[in-house]
Amino acid sequence: MEDKYGNLRLKLLASMLSFSLVPLFIVGLSLYHQFDRAYTTRVQENLRALVEDRRHALDLFFDERISQLYTVAHTHSFDELCTQTTLQQVFDLMQRRSKYYVDLGVIDEKGNHVAYAGPYALKGVNYRDAEWFQSVLLHGIYVSDVFLGVRQFPHFIIAVLRREGDRYWILRATINTDLFESMVKAAQAGEFGDAFLVNEKNLLQTSSRFVGRPMEAPPIPAQPRFNGSRLMTLDIGQRTMLVGAVWLHNVPWMLVVMEDPQEEFLPVLQTRSLALILLAAGVAVVVLGAVFVVNLMIGQLQEADRQKALLDADLMQTSKMAALGRLAAGIAHEINNPLAVIQEKAGWIQDLLEEEDVQGSENFKEFEAAVTKIQQHVDRARNVTHRLLGFARRMEPVQHPVNMNKLVEETLTFLENEARHRNIQITKELEDNMPDVLSDGAQLQQVILNVVNNAIDAVEKDGRVHIKTRYDKDLQHVLVEISDTGPGIPSELLDKIFDPFFTTKKLGSGTGLGLSICHSIMTKLGGRIEARNGPQGGAVFVLSVPVQHHASVSVG
Amino acid sequence: MDRPPYRVLVVDDEADFLETLVRRLERRQVEAVGVPGGREALEALAERPFDVVVLDVRMPGMDGLEVLKAIKTRWPLVEVILLTGHASVESGLQGMQLGAFDYVMKPCKLTDLLPKIELAYERKCLREKTTR
Repeated sequence: MEDKYGNLRLKLLASMLSFSLVPLFIVGLSLYHQFDRAYTTRVQENLRALVEDRRHALDLFFDERISQLYTVAHTHSFDELCTQTTLQQVFDLMQRRSKYYVDLGVIDEKGNHVAYAGPYALKGVNYRDAEWFQSVLLHGIYVSDVFLGVRQFPHFIIAVLRREGDRYWILRATINTDLFESMVKAAQAGEFGDAFLVNEKNLLQTSSRFVGRPMEAPPIPAQPRFNGSRLMTLDIGQRTMLVGAVWLHNVPWMLVVMEDPQEEFLPVLQTRSLALILLAAGVAVVVLGAVFVVNLMIGQLQEADRQKALLDADLMQTSKMAALGRLAAGIAHEINNPLAVIQEKAGWIQDLLEEEDVQGSENFKEFEAAVTKIQQHVDRARNVTHRLLGFARRMEPVQHPVNMNKLVEETLTFLENEARHRNIQITKELEDNMPDVLSDGAQLQQVILNVVNNAIDAVEKDGRVHIKTRYDKDLQHVLVEISDTGPGIPSELLDKIFDPFFTTKKLGSGTGLGLSICHSIMTKLGGRIEARNGPQGGAVFVLSVPVQHHASVSVG
Repeated sequence: MDRPPYRVLVVDDEADFLETLVRRLERRQVEAVGVPGGREALEALAERPFDVVVLDVRMPGMDGLEVLKAIKTRWPLVEVILLTGHASVESGLQGMQLGAFDYVMKPCKLTDLLPKIELAYERKCLREKTTR
């Protein structure tokens, strides 16, 4: 029985939880996923925009530097610039606005450093075999990679070629990387962000925060020149970084900006933990609600089942008794007719024996004794059948005047044999002149039968069952008190004995319904049944029945 | 014992019972006639008057209560005592409501039945006097 409810409880819980949790998870996950994707896209677009913006600024910077040199080269003749004062003047002019020019020099077509303005003694050096010299002759403009040079300070050179009539010369400037390094650094954000430039050989052109110093190789794969910007996710050290890369237009360098997604995605992560907390709370609420509802339902179901079991038991008992009653009535009727014939025949014999000539017969006394015996035993059989009929009659639900004393006596005749066998004395103390009760005698009889039967069972052997009737004038109730010399009822069980299915009898010998049915019958009849322990031990049951429900019925 | 001045009709389908009861009543100076069914009882009543009818409730053919109704409509002064072999008190009670004088449960002793017959006859006489 418990197992049945357990299974049902599990099934209900499982279906309720799956129906409510699955949509919850689907909605939660899809919302989170959407948010995550949107946010990721935004972070990536931001990085792309940042990279493009920096690229633009750097391109502009290099463009300006080249333009400046180009302008100087084309507004002065070779001879002018070879004059030390003019070159120094131009250099001072340029440095006045832009501190990052380190020096300025003029190189003739043979590679001789013919004029120089700056802090170093570089005049007279020949560059004919230098790689950059060949390149500038070829392309007209040359921007070098960053190098440390003799001063161990990162810098690079820009050189422009000027054709003047049939000869050509080169204007060359050395530029500190400080300025554009700060321009690059402007793109670095957060605690773990980084920004730097690499050349075509994948060597660092500016210092970086985490991946090395200039001229070192950063831990990112070499990127052949590409158009536009590129976003990647790379594992740098212990971190997964979001990397944006773009090639500059004017110099063969690539700008790399690295961002820590952990920082960038902080809002997403916060959202995720918030969503998880909300989800957990939602799940908890759903689970609690489901458990509560299921418990409520199971409880009500159990209660309904219990009520139904009670009703069924009651109904079964009633129909059983009714069937038994019909059976008893049928048997009694079938026996009564032959009994009537036997009675009449015996009576006829008795009549005949009264005649004089028969009285003289020597066996007259024997005849008379035999006939008297026949009559006695017909009487005995008649008592049985009439008792059966009385029992059957009481199966029909009625409201009749019931003489409680008579009812008690009649009921006891059913039990006298049983009591005699067990040497149990049944004693009566019936109050005279009690009013009849307007009630259902059959049902009352069933209750009395049950209680007295229980009393006999409780005494077991050699004892006494005492039945007392009394009329309570104040309450207008007739009381029947049944006490026994049995072991009594343990006090902790006193309030349970009227519960359905409660029994103290051996398993299988009692249904445990007797007293609960008694209780329901007494309640139905407007009366009560109470149990207590007597002062000298043994159980005492008191039935009380109202004399009548409506005042108009007179009884007697 | 003087011969009682009244006539009794006994109606029962059990032939042995009927015959013996009639004989025993006659032995007690009661003029008794036995018939085995309700129809015969009505015929007998139509033929000549009876004072008291002892009527079995349960009979094949015409039921005792039907017979009682018929008797009470046609001869309202005739007293009827019901004999019931069956459980039903309410057939007894119903019979009382229909005007039976009393009812007796089978098997009954003649010593119980005879006083009732006499009482019934007395009441019949009483009612005859008041109606006249």
